[in-house]
Amino acid sequence: MEFLLIKFVLVVIVFVISLGIAAYSTYAERKIAAFLQDRVGPDRAGPFGLLQPVADGVKMFMKEEIIPSNADRLLFILGPCIMMMTSCMTGVVIPWGHGLEINGTFYPVQITDINIGILYVFGVVSIGVYGIMIGGWASNNKYSLMGAIRASSQMISYELAMGMAVIALIMTTGTLSIREMVEQQHGFHWNVFTQPLGFVLFIICAFAECNRTPFDLPECETELVGGYHTEYSSMKLGFYLFAEYINMFISAAIISSLYFGGYNFPFIDQLGFSPNILSIVGTLIFFGKIFFFIFFFMWIRWTIPRFRYDQLMHLGWRTMIPLGILNILGTGVYVLYKNGQLHF
Amino acid sequence: MNPSLPFFVLASLSVFSALMVVLSRKPVHSVLYLIFCFFTIGGHYLLLNAQFLFAVHIIVYAGAIMVLFLFTLMFINMNKELEPHKTNLIKVAATVAAGCLLIVMVGVTKGAESLAANSTRTDVGTVANLGKALYGQYLLPFELISILLLAAMVGAVLLGKKSVE
Amino acid sequence: MQLTNRSKIVVNKEMTFAEKIYLPAILSGLLITIKHLFRKKVTIKYPEQTRPVAPIYRGWHVLKRDEQGRENCTACGLCAVACPAEAITMTAAERKKGEEHLYREEKYAAVYEINMLRCIFCGLCEEACPKEAIFLTDRMVPSDMVRSNFIFGKDKLVEGVESNTRIDISQRTTAHRHQ
Repeated sequence: MEFLLIKFVLVVIVFVISLGIAAYSTYAERKIAAFLQDRVGPDRAGPFGLLQPVADGVKMFMKEEIIPSNADRLLFILGPCIMMMTSCMTGVVIPWGHGLEINGTFYPVQITDINIGILYVFGVVSIGVYGIMIGGWASNNKYSLMGAIRASSQMISYELAMGMAVIALIMTTGTLSIREMVEQQHGFHWNVFTQPLGFVLFIICAFAECNRTPFDLPECETELVGGYHTEYSSMKLGFYLFAEYINMFISAAIISSLYFGGYNFPFIDQLGFSPNILSIVGTLIFFGKIFFFIFFFMWIRWTIPRFRYDQLMHLGWRTMIPLGILNILGTGVYVLYKNGQLHF
Repeated sequence: MNPSLPFFVLASLSVFSALMVVLSRKPVHSVLYLIFCFFTIGGHYLLLNAQFLFAVHIIVYAGAIMVLFLFTLMFINMNKELEPHKTNLIKVAATVAAGCLLIVMVGVTKGAESLAANSTRTDVGTVANLGKALYGQYLLPFELISILLLAAMVGAVLLGKKSVE
Repeated sequence: MQLTNRSKIVVNKEMTFAEKIYLPAILSGLLITIKHLFRKKVTIKYPEQTRPVAPIYRGWHVLKRDEQGRENCTACGLCAVACPAEAITMTAAERKKGEEHLYREEKYAAVYEINMLRCIFCGLCEEACPKEAIFLTDRMVPSDMVRSNFIFGKDKLVEGVESNTRIDISQRTTAHRHQ
């Protein structure tokens, strides 16, 4: 019973934090876009415009709800639901902190540590594409359909390369559980130093999976009006936009836990604090890393223009996947060498 | 709670969705039911403690192959007029073929009762055990399959290459 | 035919390896954008801050009164004639007995309207006016939702009688004189 209660509280906290961060990511996106373009950005709602996400949310809820008469009603509603559900589900396996020891019992700050952790993330992400596909198809609109088709082919292509990058990582760490991967990067032994190519591949694929610029072809305004969510309005549109930001938050969390040590930080052992304090500091640092990557996502968005579709496919299939295979081979040699099974 | 209750719920859901795949009028709905069916089958894997198989099943079948199915179906304009007319001969042949398939499947499951699932072992489907089985006992078939896949991949690359004028 | 010596011959040259992997180019792009993050913002937050305007800025017109609070305008119509955009219309009326404290001359404009959507703020009305009655000021014409609200009548053009509601045009007139 106590176990369930703790897990329930953790789920609620993670859910609220994901939603809160996603909401403020919209604000941060507008602010960063403005700053990078020498503007000020939203500053009218509250001090520094901090209430802007609230205003946006209220606006989204107040908007008229339109379901096209020729749309497939059920699937039209199902689309944003799947999108939102899958993006919220991924946070389950991410270790947010080492854990707290209270009265002799150890409580890890993670909802669940399943032994297929990273595969779970891949599974959920691969389901996420249905949200876009179903929504785009059910809208009964050519632009939406084009967006949906682009989204699905893009996500499948880049999922492969992402998988390749992660396979190399699994080879060095020898585990699928994200928590164990993070524990292995204790101190400053971050995976990015052993897997630099894998990291670059992973982050590029993460951009593509989140449909962020330069890979935002599914909602490419210049060609497709609004892409897969052209026909959506009100909070259903809000769900699509919001899910994108949750996805961004989750992928930032996964990147920082897979390659940047998660809640580990350099000189963790030299500080001499009690484990509980170290754990709290670690969680804060983990969030710092996440915020940096969210910023990086936005920074890239306001720097690089969008790919052309054939360039996107070319990059995915002819560059990323061969590089991924190369990385796997290189990692194999590295692992053998490290285990002393290879002599030069 | 009856320990086999989750199984019966999942099984009835998978039978229902499998039926809906055939009975749905819209092809896209069929595919979506098929995806749902895959999920329920994934649930069966979980009940058998095969988490790795579950994850791979979801990623590969529900996440990739069915997306491609849906992808193709969305391009096709499925109208009543465009549907090819089926002669009675084809219908009879299809029924006979499906019946044969059913007989084969029933025949396969006939000897299965001797292989009662060992549900007491909880670690049977974990990644480590699966890896040991694949790279130990079943190394040859595993490598043969990987060569087959490699051949398919080379073929795909060849098809995808720009044709030389 | 070569018109200038600035034309550049386009070369579709093969990219070098560093250009092909794009990452250096992306990094330099990122550096450029991050520099802008710390630059001074160009935005002027309008209602609180206003852009500094020149002393002879030509904005919202004013119809002046003299020192005793009488309207200068005599409805001669020269401004309307001078107006290249034909934005000014007026109806003249004769001053009645007992209205001497309102209007300086015997004739005055009962209706004086400037269509601010037509006005090009050239200042020719000001030049044409023989009575120093109309001036352009440095006040911006506010935006509005309705087109009809842009036809400014005397209520929006004539300055007040009290000294605090007078519109100061001294800078403008001195700038005028210095020319």
